Amino acid sequence: MTREELDQIAESVRAENARFDHEINVCMGTGCLSQHSDKLRDALNGAVSASGKRAMVRRTGCMGLCAAGPLVLIDPDETLYGHVKADNAEAVVNSLGGKPIPELQCDLRDHFDQQVHVVLENSGHIDPEKIDDYIAHDGYQALVKALTEMTPNDVIQQITESGLRGRGGGGYPTGLKWGTVAKAVGDMKYVICNGDEGDPGAFMDRSVLESDPQRVLEGMAIAAYAVGASKGYVYVRAEYPLAVARLQNCLRDARRRGLLGNNICNTSFNFDVEIRLGAGAFVCGEETALIASIEGKRGTPKPRPPYPAVSGLWHKPTLINNVETFANIAPIIRKGGKWFAQIGTEKSKGTKVFALTGKITNTGLVEVPMGMSLRQIIEGIGGGVPDGHKFKAVQTGGPSGGCIPNEHLDLQVSYESLIQVGSMMGSGGMIVMDDTSCMVNVARFFVEFCMTESCGKCIPCRAGTAQMFTLLSRICDGSGTMEDLELLVDLCGTIKETSLCGLGMTAPNPVLSTLRYFKNEYMEHILHKRCPAGVCNIAGAAVVEEAPVEVLA
Amino acid sequence: MPAFTPPPLPSDDKRWKIVNGTMRKNGFARHALIQTLHTVQSAFGYLDDDAITFVAKSLRVPLSQAYGVVTFYHYFSLKPPGKHTMTICTGTACYIKGTDKLVAAAEKRLGIPQGQTTKDGKISLMTARCVGACGRAPVVLTDGELQGQMIGEHMLEQLERWAVE
Repeated sequence: MTREELDQIAESVRAENARFDHEINVCMGTGCLSQHSDKLRDALNGAVSASGKRAMVRRTGCMGLCAAGPLVLIDPDETLYGHVKADNAEAVVNSLGGKPIPELQCDLRDHFDQQVHVVLENSGHIDPEKIDDYIAHDGYQALVKALTEMTPNDVIQQITESGLRGRGGGGYPTGLKWGTVAKAVGDMKYVICNGDEGDPGAFMDRSVLESDPQRVLEGMAIAAYAVGASKGYVYVRAEYPLAVARLQNCLRDARRRGLLGNNICNTSFNFDVEIRLGAGAFVCGEETALIASIEGKRGTPKPRPPYPAVSGLWHKPTLINNVETFANIAPIIRKGGKWFAQIGTEKSKGTKVFALTGKITNTGLVEVPMGMSLRQIIEGIGGGVPDGHKFKAVQTGGPSGGCIPNEHLDLQVSYESLIQVGSMMGSGGMIVMDDTSCMVNVARFFVEFCMTESCGKCIPCRAGTAQMFTLLSRICDGSGTMEDLELLVDLCGTIKETSLCGLGMTAPNPVLSTLRYFKNEYMEHILHKRCPAGVCNIAGAAVVEEAPVEVLA
Repeated sequence: MPAFTPPPLPSDDKRWKIVNGTMRKNGFARHALIQTLHTVQSAFGYLDDDAITFVAKSLRVPLSQAYGVVTFYHYFSLKPPGKHTMTICTGTACYIKGTDKLVAAAEKRLGIPQGQTTKDGKISLMTARCVGACGRAPVVLTDGELQGQMIGEHMLEQLERWAVE
């Protein structure tokens, strides 16, 4: 494949599209599919044939606004319809070229205008199962550019200049990581894409893999070229069957087009990718545990160093990046590191995709430049808390993160600022809570999660999270005392400092952050045996829920 | 060293050929353990002792290690599933939208705790740690089919339909 051939494919796709006056894009991500957008597409196809209009119906990935699904986007007028049923197909087709249907139209300029799409630029615009659609949207231009015009060092230079940092949550500078793997000595090197999105309440990776899988693959291939790897793995959760199917499809197409395999773009560069399925273990998001899982073992983490960059998969130098990180690579190479570095704050560059869920009007996926305030994301883009309830907190960073209260809503989102207020960026889940959520119960929910997901290798995490759960359960059901609270705080410190991997080290965060901002709720439970939000069942104080005995051993 | 011959298939059930296919595709390498177990589970619905032993022997993995892997990962099940499965998502977004009430209601209706199957083998009640459809919370999977914005009434109606089938 050469640049000319790519241009030719793009040209033929555009010529094909030009035959139509209208493009009807139907969202077929998991969210809209669950509302039967596949039937809607069939109905639209039927209605188009019957009307004789020159319109094409295209299956696309997620358009972001899952709350209003199934979504239909009409191009070139950019009319967005929400809650479209198969019965509406005829009306939608009839309205083409005329006035939009007011009952179905979503007026969401506030929602979309404030977003900046880099990772999601193609989501909702291309058919994720057609490689040529991706190529027509500048797909694989970056790979061809890297292979034919740049040295591996140039590539790493651009990534370093862009200031891109790991989007899985840690925020480690991507350029630095690539440089380390490139310098590592080894006859064989690996590139791994971490798509084990175990963080409950986050679905960015799923959405990217479902909507634009080729982009991730292109990013991986560029990374492999830069670090000198010839084999890649995508590790995806088995709970994401649609993402897996689309990835498989996309691997096959890329091989057929000569964009994976041997002598890619007539150079000496060889690279192929395999899919590995996760099996439902949150800890496998940790890089050393993920490597163990690919090797067919139990997903338990190892102490670092040695870092995977030096000794990873089968003890070979291994580059692990998150799905969203890889999705950022192609635009950076295409437009240059400087372009990317213009977006965002001084230390956190680029954009971040957030999964906005919980008690918020516009649930779904949003992509915003780093440095945007939480208020703007929640009240502006998210449309605020519905049903007349009051905003209480926003939880970021999943089970490793914390709850941010109203007083910090004007905080500008970046890796550093979130840590300052006791939370973290995490993979990008943003769960909004209103006055009907009890913060002690929320803390207990996350601790229970960490307790059941702890791999059991190190004691602080295995036994510590279980003890935290017991203490929090006691406070929740009204039998907790001030000593329990003291013990809880003490335990948090111990677990944080002595656990082996990130899961344990960050497990106390939900407790510490709720204690920091909502201590009064803990006090109400302990001193007045009262749950201010009315969530905890304090009347049933007789039964104390304790952690199962075996985890305490 | 004599060449390794994999053990014979446990029975002439055709599904074992699919399982063998996965192992062959990976050159009977030890690291194919999880992939193979996935194939067994999708073919048979669960992993029994015969299956684990067969896979362990074929891949030359100690039985203890194979069993360790099976019990470590939540996705693998050692018990046969019921005829129908109701999976309730208990991720954070679903939790905030009151999924605990759904779980309690289903447990009460079926008379079994989550993770178990009714005595007549008709319905399994499972929970999942986030299926990634948080935009439609609370979410349940009825026989793998995703249903968003679920309310207790609808879920119980579905259970009722399955129970009288």
